[in-house]
Amino acid sequence: MSTTQTAGSHHHEPEFSTKPIWRTFWILLGITLVELVLATIHLKTGFPPKLVLNGMYLILTCAKAFYIIAEFMHLRHELKNLIMTIGLAALLFVWFIIAFLWDGGSFKELRNRYDRHHYEMSKEKAPNPEGEHEPAAKKPGSAE
Amino acid sequence: MAQTIPAGQKWWSGGKSPFNVEYGKLMMWYFLMSDAFTFGAFLISYGSIRFATNGWPDPNEVFRAFPGMGGLHLPLVFVSLMTFILIMSSVTMVLAVAAGHQNDQKAVTKWMILTIIGGIAFLSCQAWEWTHLHGEGAWWGRNPFINADGSKATTNFTNFFFTITGFHGFHVFSGVIINIIMLIKNLRGDFAKRGHYLMIEKAGLYWHFVDLVWVFVFTCFYLL
Repeated sequence: MSTTQTAGSHHHEPEFSTKPIWRTFWILLGITLVELVLATIHLKTGFPPKLVLNGMYLILTCAKAFYIIAEFMHLRHELKNLIMTIGLAALLFVWFIIAFLWDGGSFKELRNRYDRHHYEMSKEKAPNPEGEHEPAAKKPGSAE
Repeated sequence: MAQTIPAGQKWWSGGKSPFNVEYGKLMMWYFLMSDAFTFGAFLISYGSIRFATNGWPDPNEVFRAFPGMGGLHLPLVFVSLMTFILIMSSVTMVLAVAAGHQNDQKAVTKWMILTIIGGIAFLSCQAWEWTHLHGEGAWWGRNPFINADGSKATTNFTNFFFTITGFHGFHVFSGVIINIIMLIKNLRGDFAKRGHYLMIEKAGLYWHFVDLVWVFVFTCFYLL
């Protein structure tokens, strides 16, 4: 869908349709709702497993990002070269993110393996064994 | 898809604007890239530390309040509302830009006002969330929540949360200010006089960027 760029003096240009904008809105809303439904199902039943769930969140988030950038920010309708300028840098950045998260995970594994003390310390339970924080209004004297 | 142009078009030989966009718009894109890297750096540091830490609080336990619902546990509901508000304000912003393309000054005013209201609503929600968490004892350097596995949590959790959402909230705030300035300029007829609403478009790019960052912050802190 090409957009006509005029200085505003044309009166016979094709009607600028707001349909794609609302369509994108419904898509974004739908994706967010899917994420919430997944979160609720996981909360209630434990399915799907956390790792799979996180993978799905990431894919859905990237889909949302794609729609916001392409339609709302209009990048899809710009020149190929501009799309590449933004897109290539973004893709490299995505790899950057994955690499560092992977590195973090690796750091944890290695530290747990070679630092017994650290591993055991992290297993120590918190002073309040009930597990949940108390809202301030309910129990004013609870430990913080 | 992308714009169609005659083959063999020389973009860098002078006489025309490379990428076929206005200078200000291109510079806004470059600025947004730099800001994206800054936010990305914050989120990556959060992710790396979290992945390297054995225990971490469960977001469903920490973020489960809703204004006016007392102690009722509604995990993720409030933050979903915030996401919806911001996406809506992004939609109204695009509609403002669309109205600008049709030189409809009145419609631009209408959509900009709605966008500003959306931005203020989001900031109010975030302020409520911060106040609520602070009331429970959370702040930079103070973490009252415990990990999902029952062990004592590190203050990294609250430090990162307040820093990153604060940095994002600051962007929303500056975006609202910029939108207000755009509204005033529009009401004064500055854009009608110029014959184009390109400034609205550039402000729109910034606003969408703010929305985009929220999508990632929401995912990292509340979902993952």
